[in-house]
Amino acid sequence: MTTRSIADLLRDVGTLRDLPPDLLAVVSGCGRNVHFDTGTTILREAEPADTFFAVRHGRVALELFAPGRGEVMIETIGPGGVLGWSWLFPPYRWHFDAVALEPVQAIAFDGACLRGKCDDDPRLGYELTRRFAATLIDRLQATRLRLLDVYGDGDAIP
Amino acid sequence: MQSRDQPRGELCVPSPYRVVDRTVETADTVTLAIAPVDSLARAWEPGQFNMLWMPAVGEVPISISGGVGGGATGGDRGGDGTVLLHTIRAVGAVTRALCALEPGQTLGVRGPYGRGWDLDAASGRDVVIVGGGLGLAPLRPVVHETLRGRDRYGRLAFLAGARTPEDLLYMSELGQWRARTDLQTEVTVDAVPGREWRGDVGVVTTLLPRIPFDPGRVVALVCGPEVMMRFVAAELLRQGVAPGDIQVSLERTMQCAVGSCGHCQLGSSFICRDGPVVTWERVGAAMGVRER
Repeated sequence: MTTRSIADLLRDVGTLRDLPPDLLAVVSGCGRNVHFDTGTTILREAEPADTFFAVRHGRVALELFAPGRGEVMIETIGPGGVLGWSWLFPPYRWHFDAVALEPVQAIAFDGACLRGKCDDDPRLGYELTRRFAATLIDRLQATRLRLLDVYGDGDAIP
Repeated sequence: MQSRDQPRGELCVPSPYRVVDRTVETADTVTLAIAPVDSLARAWEPGQFNMLWMPAVGEVPISISGGVGGGATGGDRGGDGTVLLHTIRAVGAVTRALCALEPGQTLGVRGPYGRGWDLDAASGRDVVIVGGGLGLAPLRPVVHETLRGRDRYGRLAFLAGARTPEDLLYMSELGQWRARTDLQTEVTVDAVPGREWRGDVGVVTTLLPRIPFDPGRVVALVCGPEVMMRFVAAELLRQGVAPGDIQVSLERTMQCAVGSCGHCQLGSSFICRDGPVVTWERVGAAMGVRER
């Protein structure tokens, strides 16, 4: 069995796929493989956001605690997805909880370190900002679609 | 399929059918198994629909969601004498009356009508089947059909979306499909309390990047609310799938079901006759027209 490098593993992560080689080297240098057992809280709302994760296997739930309703699962992130963008934008705090729904293998990136590298190298900063913004737009569009409640029966006639 | 061997007049006259079984799928949706009272059920293809008639209430187009029996061809490409399955959501007067039917009661049926899924176009290619809400109903027989002819296709994936886990149709079958290694089945819902749910949360479009299909040799079969289909088509196009390789099943206000009355017209197409399954290449532009 061969062990794939972090740079190689990032080919499976949409947000970070096809980075220019020099930037890929910087980003992958800030990553390490991690594992979470089922039920592990990976991120907690309002805590400092100094990390982000590329999910390789398993699924992670984004949750929001609502008084009287408990934890509400807002979204799930599966293989190839990126967990966490708050590390890139002030105030650098998590907006949701993230919980492993099943055993999760991921690459954890040192977001605080990458922020510093982005400040030093605007090309890296632009590339990462552009890519995370695209991911944010995808999630915003998906959220808007859910707001439409398309599976409701509002337009049904018969 | 509708008119070559059937006189046009016969197509417009309902035949009596009897409910032989009734399965409650969700709080507002049931699947009726119906059999002809004094004739043989006509052959049908996945994706076609029947007009179901409740005397003194009205008539509605309902997709055929499967069959029982059917001899050597199995239950989902029905032959004469098969029991037909229709999954119906109670949203109006007619569908509420249909959903209230119990075994032994009768209704009128005419059909089958329209063009179903073009599985010949999918032969030798990857197949991605995407359904949302009640859109799973016309896709159910096509999943069965592709599994029956599994060797004809490349990668096979079925993506299903619903508002909540309680709104998902065919739960036991979804479980069976998820257990298969030759069919990638992904299920997502819009939101869910707690952590009991084992599927995904999010819109069905977010599942597409997870499916390892070749955009140049894939056929996508999509059914669900029109807005959902627009977003799914947009995502497929973004991934490089050709508009002619995206098939969608449209639901319009079919009335005559034989292309005469024009109630279901979309652009130059009569959905009852030219559809309900059409390619995005044919209807994509028309679906962008803002109708009220």
